Amino acid sequence: MKAIGYYPGCSLHGGGRELDMSLRAVAAVAGVELREVDDWNCCGATAAHALSHDLAVALPYRVLALAETQGMAEVLAPCAACFSRLKGTAVRLARSADLAARMRGITGLEYRGPVAVRNVVEFTNRLLADGLVGKLTSPLGGLKVAAYYGCLLSRGEDIVEGDHENPDGMTAAIRAAGAEPVEWNHATECCGGGFSLSLTEAVVDLSEAILADALAAGADAIVTGCPMCHSNLDMRQLAIQARGRGPYAMPVVYLTELVGLAAGLSPKALGLDRHFIDVLGLAARTHT
Amino acid sequence: MDVAECYQCGKCTAGCPMARWMDLTPNQVMRLVQVGDEAATDELLRCGTIWACAGCLTCTQRCPKELDPAAVMDALREMAYERGSVPANRKRILAFHKAFLAVVEKTGRMQEMPLTALYKLASGDLLGDLSLAPRMLARGKLPLLPKRIRGRREVKRLFAACRRGSGEGRR
Repeated sequence: MKAIGYYPGCSLHGGGRELDMSLRAVAAVAGVELREVDDWNCCGATAAHALSHDLAVALPYRVLALAETQGMAEVLAPCAACFSRLKGTAVRLARSADLAARMRGITGLEYRGPVAVRNVVEFTNRLLADGLVGKLTSPLGGLKVAAYYGCLLSRGEDIVEGDHENPDGMTAAIRAAGAEPVEWNHATECCGGGFSLSLTEAVVDLSEAILADALAAGADAIVTGCPMCHSNLDMRQLAIQARGRGPYAMPVVYLTELVGLAAGLSPKALGLDRHFIDVLGLAARTHT
Repeated sequence: MDVAECYQCGKCTAGCPMARWMDLTPNQVMRLVQVGDEAATDELLRCGTIWACAGCLTCTQRCPKELDPAAVMDALREMAYERGSVPANRKRILAFHKAFLAVVEKTGRMQEMPLTALYKLASGDLLGDLSLAPRMLARGKLPLLPKRIRGRREVKRLFAACRRGSGEGRR
């Protein structure tokens, strides 16, 4: 793999910046070019499928059509929600000529398909298999991590590959980075997703259960691939503590940050100084 | 999907992370869809459950009859939205979805700053999380200048076509 189409999605320009930074840094080490889909739009996330079944398909349809027109056979969508919306749309379009015709009418754009959509776990594993594994020269000293898949990196028939109830897609990358996955129970439990502002109490309760289980399992950190999960577990950890619960002081890192550290990249280049719960101490500890 | 196949095993409800914040349980929703008369439909379109669904897909992944309760929630929510019936304690959720889509319709992308501002005005939750804003800014997580894509007109047309489509679909 020399290059891949890249759909960062809106979160990666805002709250999920570290995922974008660490992904670009790791891809550079692996010598893979990320070609950003020109003029991409929002995938619609939760809001579109909450209120309009047409909009939920039409927004990802425009992205797929742009990628195809720009000559991309494969697109990386690192945000778990973007991945689920984009791949779910591609799968449905491949199955239904009626839906494809309807979307042509709504958007005025042509998409013939298929454009393959990849998530951050699949992409990381491919980089490792293509030679990145030999460049991980700063192993993390047996750091114990809870691999957290959440909803959209574990579920969705025909969207996520592998075992939906007991996923292990991150295991190889975690071990290659010199860390060790712990056994725990909340790997695929929901963090409350997009309710951070509109039903905060649910996000606080569900995310706290995940933090508590990771702590009980002896994890030094939680590893995720989703900016929404990251925001709920990292930023909302402050709200959990403010409610007199915890303190958990549980670092939450992206899979690409973990791999980037093992590749010897600086914490700053990976965005580790942008977290709400300190993760720099942990980075320093694993590298002394 | 043929909802008549639901045999009320309750697996959807057992695994639902949001069940605590729901008035009807997911399996009750499936049962009322089966009943399908005017009273059942009315109850479904007024319930809070369809708004509290997080779309986590646990129910859909585990349904032994391979039904798709998460898609049922989406369809009912869309109908309830068009009818304008949202329970008072879940109005904030609708306000958030609407603010999100309004920003995307205008600029082509979701942007944290205008989204939060619009949501706060619509929901009346003006003070919540205010202390987070400077901390997000300090971490470079709250871009001040909104990004606008070149294809904004294309996106606006697409929104309009979806609105027309849903109107025709109901009539």
